[in-house]
Amino acid sequence: MALEDICNFKDKPTHKTFPFYASEDTSVSVFTESLNFKWRGEMTSKKASDVPLEFHVPSLFKRPSSRASHSVSVRRPFPLSHGTTTLGFIFQGGVIAAADTRASAGGLVACPAVHKITPIHSHLVVTSSGSGADCMLWERILTREIRLYQLRHKRRLSIRGTAKLLSLMLHPFKGTDVCVALTLCGWDKAESTKNLEETLGVTDDCSPSVCKDVPSKTNLLCFSGPKLIYVCSDGARLQGDIFSVGSGSPYAYGVLDRSLSWSLNKEEAILLAREAVFRATHRDAYSGNNVDLFHVTAEGWRQRQREDLKEEYYRDMEKRGKKMDVKTKKAAKIMQ
Amino acid sequence: MLSAQNFGESGKMKEYHYAGPTEHRFSPYAFNGGTVLAVAGEDFAIVASDTRLSEGYSIHSRDSPKCYKLTDTTVLGCSGFHGDCLTLTKIIDARLKMYKHSNNKTMTSGAIAAMLSTILYSRRFFPYYVYNIIGGLDEQGKGAVYSFDPVGSYQRDTYKAGGSASAMLQPLLDNQIGFKNMEGVEHVPLTKDKAVQLVKDVFVSAAERDVYTGDALRICIVTKEGIEEQNIPLRKD
Repeated sequence: MALEDICNFKDKPTHKTFPFYASEDTSVSVFTESLNFKWRGEMTSKKASDVPLEFHVPSLFKRPSSRASHSVSVRRPFPLSHGTTTLGFIFQGGVIAAADTRASAGGLVACPAVHKITPIHSHLVVTSSGSGADCMLWERILTREIRLYQLRHKRRLSIRGTAKLLSLMLHPFKGTDVCVALTLCGWDKAESTKNLEETLGVTDDCSPSVCKDVPSKTNLLCFSGPKLIYVCSDGARLQGDIFSVGSGSPYAYGVLDRSLSWSLNKEEAILLAREAVFRATHRDAYSGNNVDLFHVTAEGWRQRQREDLKEEYYRDMEKRGKKMDVKTKKAAKIMQ
Repeated sequence: MLSAQNFGESGKMKEYHYAGPTEHRFSPYAFNGGTVLAVAGEDFAIVASDTRLSEGYSIHSRDSPKCYKLTDTTVLGCSGFHGDCLTLTKIIDARLKMYKHSNNKTMTSGAIAAMLSTILYSRRFFPYYVYNIIGGLDEQGKGAVYSFDPVGSYQRDTYKAGGSASAMLQPLLDNQIGFKNMEGVEHVPLTKDKAVQLVKDVFVSAAERDVYTGDALRICIVTKEGIEEQNIPLRKD
């Protein structure tokens, strides 16, 4: 196709053959095949220097069957870590990201103090849920790619661009048991409109053919501000105002839907996020231990100190106890 | 063997009949047992493992320790499938040498941990069946323990148990070293001698209750003076 030729884009076949495309030159050595594996994508953007999209990804296991179906794959003798409660929401003061800290593998708590919220750069944090190892590695890969983009293009990639990049990187692994569900919580810096106009190719020429595709100035300004985007290894990429992911998410949604509004102030928002995670950890067996909280504003992200929910539970019980005392006293009075 | 499964609902014995040929899948993995433990202190790190190599009902060897010395400040303990342990340590040794030759310095504990994570994840779809724990000193000379899962997710800890008896040992370590679930207790920092004694006691308990743990205990104590090894006998039954 003509467009493909202009962009030097080679249509990549489905994931069954994609890793081996480049691995033909890495012959038989065990080390290079398993360790030094590179996928050289031939997609280059028109504007950028001709640096190909290069990153290390694990090679899919060579199977005789064509599809990565589960019946033919090697059965793992151990469980991988799963189970979590993470949430993020947007309000007038920025973005709040909160998560519990338990990593469970089967029925065992593999680690009670995991970091599920990781900063990618000064204005973006990502909450992870799904398989622990997958999330950790994909966050590392994403951080590297964002940094490379920033070095090559002298500007930071937007949150939406980051989400799209991540989604494209995860796409070849759709259908395998890579399980990654990340929520990107960040703040897009409002670039000066002059720079933005240059990079997006806005011109003063208002001939009809040009004006139709050119974004107006008002559009440019709404690129900045808080952003919350959910990306998952199934291929979903969704922008929204509130997301909760994981086995404890239904409980968190219940608490959030009750009190969330745009006009919350910072303390109320933090308390709400904490409460949501606390209630979810109380009811969900696979979530627990502590709660991590990050707040992203135009100045960047700030981390609140990790808090053990055991204390919160006792405080809550005490409050309930007082309420119950009052209620029983009232009931006793009526009975008399 | 007499079991409830042999009896049908009416209480009569179920009859044997030929159900057709059963296909046994070849499993590339085997479980060779063993327990590994690592504790980090203020200026030391301890990595300990038992030395029993078993498979199913048999013991292949009573003298197969699972601690591997990587550098002067780092020891790796790996348990799980012995074949994958051997290959993994060979790969790590080769990568350490390559790093030394390219960069003219030995890899630090943190760097080895990050490298091991990528090595394990490169086999995400046919994993190394190994539970790794790295114990060593970081650049500031403080003790560091890094624990891994079989596909490469890792975390820096103060103490961690891995392997067949890990579910029994980890709660004990949480209580004794982490002072978890103890109210009103003074948090005393761990000294080297107390840590070594604790490790010995903990393995003796593990050998009591876990069939795959026993025979002998190999302790590697990493300090800035070097790596000291101790061998203590455990139950052989």
